[in-house]
Amino acid sequence: MIGLLRMLGARTLEGLRGLGEAVLLVARILRAAPAVALRPRLLIEQLYAVGVQSMVIILVSALFIGMVLGLQGYYTLADFGATEAVGTMVALSLVRELGPVVTALLFAGRAGSSLTAEVGLMKATEQLSSMEMMAVDPERRILAPRFFAALIAVPLLTAVFSVIGILGGYLVTVGMIGVDSGPFWSNMQNAVTIRDDILNGVIKSAAFGLLAGWITLHKGYTAVPTSSGVSRATTRGVVHASLAVLGLDFLLTALMFE
Amino acid sequence: MTAVEQGDPLAAVRGLHFRRGGRSIFDGVDMTIRRGQVTAIMGPSGSGKTTLLRLLGGQLHPQGGTVEVMGQEVPALGRRALYQLRQQMGILFQSGALFTHLSVFENVAFPVREHTSLPESLLETLVLLKLEAVGLRGARHLMPSELSGGMARRVAMARAIALDPVLLMYDEPFAGQDPITMGVLVDLIRRLNDTLGLTSVVVSHDVSETLAIADYVYLLADGALVAEGSPASLQASAEPSVRQFLDARPDGPVPFHYPAPDLAADLAGRGAP
Repeated sequence: MIGLLRMLGARTLEGLRGLGEAVLLVARILRAAPAVALRPRLLIEQLYAVGVQSMVIILVSALFIGMVLGLQGYYTLADFGATEAVGTMVALSLVRELGPVVTALLFAGRAGSSLTAEVGLMKATEQLSSMEMMAVDPERRILAPRFFAALIAVPLLTAVFSVIGILGGYLVTVGMIGVDSGPFWSNMQNAVTIRDDILNGVIKSAAFGLLAGWITLHKGYTAVPTSSGVSRATTRGVVHASLAVLGLDFLLTALMFE
Repeated sequence: MTAVEQGDPLAAVRGLHFRRGGRSIFDGVDMTIRRGQVTAIMGPSGSGKTTLLRLLGGQLHPQGGTVEVMGQEVPALGRRALYQLRQQMGILFQSGALFTHLSVFENVAFPVREHTSLPESLLETLVLLKLEAVGLRGARHLMPSELSGGMARRVAMARAIALDPVLLMYDEPFAGQDPITMGVLVDLIRRLNDTLGLTSVVVSHDVSETLAIADYVYLLADGALVAEGSPASLQASAEPSVRQFLDARPDGPVPFHYPAPDLAADLAGRGAP
């Protein structure tokens, strides 16, 4: 019993220490914002790596999710004779929830895993140590541009996701099933508001970008510098970032749409 | 006193104590690195040679004693002062630690770009001269994945001297290299030290190569300094620890066996409940 309590206590302390280190790390990264702004080339390179190179998975996923939403929405609304509201349903689902959440999950899986693996491997191959010995701070030079790229890329990818998802829904419901395109767009335009829906979606996606970038970079930066250590850190980075996104989504939704 | 011993101390550790994971790595070590010399730090694997370089570079902090480099107490330095000091130090890691996403040219240019605002033409000249010094000017466009182990270390050398450091530290520069590459590296370390007026610290367990270029040698074992002196004095030493290391004897003061109970007792006890 004492042993169990001791183990629980040790685990809790270890967890709290890890959380404290992660918070201090993100505070130092945020303080490096002016340094990143002074060297936009580093930020643009990372925006390309985590943003542009994530476009394919975002576009394809958004198209199919929009099409499925359109189909399911049509069949459900048809029972109530409200098929003209399918555009509203697709748009609200995407802008409020699915756009930010699915984009963040896909981002954590594609770009986040690559961030953890890249930083972890740089640590394992002493590239970060050699940078420190060259009097170059790896937190400013390596972590900060990647973090701010994630923060900027996720809202932009979310916007793309929502637009393509709505087009997917349009293709299925208007193009294939034959719903009238006039009510599809006009109902959507009436129901979706900038402040309550679009702005909240943007806030959510920025928060998810911060969380995904922070967690995956922290896992890479604190990875055990071996091949198995980097592999474990990569898995944990994706899993923790995904769970954190889902948890935060519930909190933000409860606050925003109460 | 010889001319070599008269060099001013550039770095010194006094009463160094360092523990990691409950294991004592250094237990009261004293050492002096003299200006202009090639100082070798030798010892068996696990004797703390690489740890010593990290202590000199301020990447690790000792639990006791002092680590002084260029008149500054390294563990006491703040981040800014430490980074200023590091601009006068270069280190060659065992793996080379080249940035895998940058070409050979960009790897050497990296510290220059980070710490100076030289115009591109001047930077190019500087980088090409550094690469010429290690014989790899023609490899400037290659990526690290296209280099052999020896070439990677030479590129890392060029990068380490890019900012004209005062102190250059080498971590196992000969490990895993073929005889020709070893010869090239031995020659380069000595030549760079003398022509650029550097002070070099070479951490290695390759006896013949290291003794061939060192002015002064420290031999570490079990957390303590077991011998020091010129390569000739070490080679003439009859001290068992020195002889075991220099003659590559498998057993001696550094035991072949990791501490364990008696074999017969261990085997007999295996079937016991």
